[in-house]
Amino acid sequence: MTTITESYVREAPRTARIDWSPYLVGAGIGLLSWIAFAVFGDPLGVTTAYSRVASLFAVPMIGPEAVAQNSYWKSMPLKWDYGVWFLVGIPAGAFIAAVMSGTWRLELVPDVWKERFGPSIAKRFVGAFFGGIVIMYGARLAGGCTSGHGISGGLQLAVSSWVFLAVMFGTGLGISALMFRKR
Amino acid sequence: MTAMMTILGPVLMGAAFGFLLQRGKVTNCNVIENQFRLRDFTVLKVMGTAIVVGGLGVLLLVDTGNTKYYVKDANMLAVALGAALFGVGMVVYGYCPGTALGAIATGSVHALVGALGMVAGAILYALSFDWLKAHVLNIWALGKVRLPDVTNVPDLAWFAALAVGAVLFFWWVESAEAKQKRR
Repeated sequence: MTTITESYVREAPRTARIDWSPYLVGAGIGLLSWIAFAVFGDPLGVTTAYSRVASLFAVPMIGPEAVAQNSYWKSMPLKWDYGVWFLVGIPAGAFIAAVMSGTWRLELVPDVWKERFGPSIAKRFVGAFFGGIVIMYGARLAGGCTSGHGISGGLQLAVSSWVFLAVMFGTGLGISALMFRKR
Repeated sequence: MTAMMTILGPVLMGAAFGFLLQRGKVTNCNVIENQFRLRDFTVLKVMGTAIVVGGLGVLLLVDTGNTKYYVKDANMLAVALGAALFGVGMVVYGYCPGTALGAIATGSVHALVGALGMVAGAILYALSFDWLKAHVLNIWALGKVRLPDVTNVPDLAWFAALAVGAVLFFWWVESAEAKQKRR
């Protein structure tokens, strides 16, 4: 696997792998926000729609009756609205960008993780899965994620969003220091 | 036309967002992890620029009556708890919900595993919603407030301060990074 990955990355032309300036990308996302507000009346956000789609996965787990009766999904039922189509677009755009720049590659264990926790795929998958549970539960509890709160809420100067940004980065720094501390 | 606005519009918006996330390197788990380890400031550069550029445009759009604010409720206890969980999840998973969807499409298999965890997290949230509503969500709920409301400092002054702060901070980061590269 690693040889396939490495050869794929190595063969990509160097010039094509140049990343855009983070400031240019940030400005682009800011511009995208203008369109989201003015044209669609729907600020950039991810987790609300994600939560709607998750109800589909809940049906085989807790039964259609329990999903239909659930008070949260009653307020946020599955519907193919702006947010859900937006979610469909994200991987499409990222895929195009990765293929165009020749940076598409299979990644089972990221380098930073490998350096600290070793090459075990199972370990990384368990970490990713539980990290995923915690991040989504937190996002729903806070009412948004890095996009909905961080960018869309931050640029509206929303009190909730700036509290989110401060607490999120603060805890992230703390947990990261614990997780990656030198032994 | 209607179908285009309701499906193609949001898909294109999402695709542009996903494209920018990939080009900004934030669909790369290592870049996000290294932000929290203070070794790579890409995430803050992208988010900071997006907030300043997006915010000034949205402010203008609101002032000219072309959109309105979509501020999230400041349920302070829930936002703080949720943001803390989010910070933990973001470091352990290595992505936020939006960048995770982009990362899956660029070949990160562990991102997909974490996305299933996010589905589980959304289901757990829905199942615990009634309890949270009774015990957490209404505690210290300030409503849809914005920083200019609670501080009596006008929007433009906030953005001026943010822009100046961002420029100074990024200038400092850039010079530190340049110094490191020269070594």
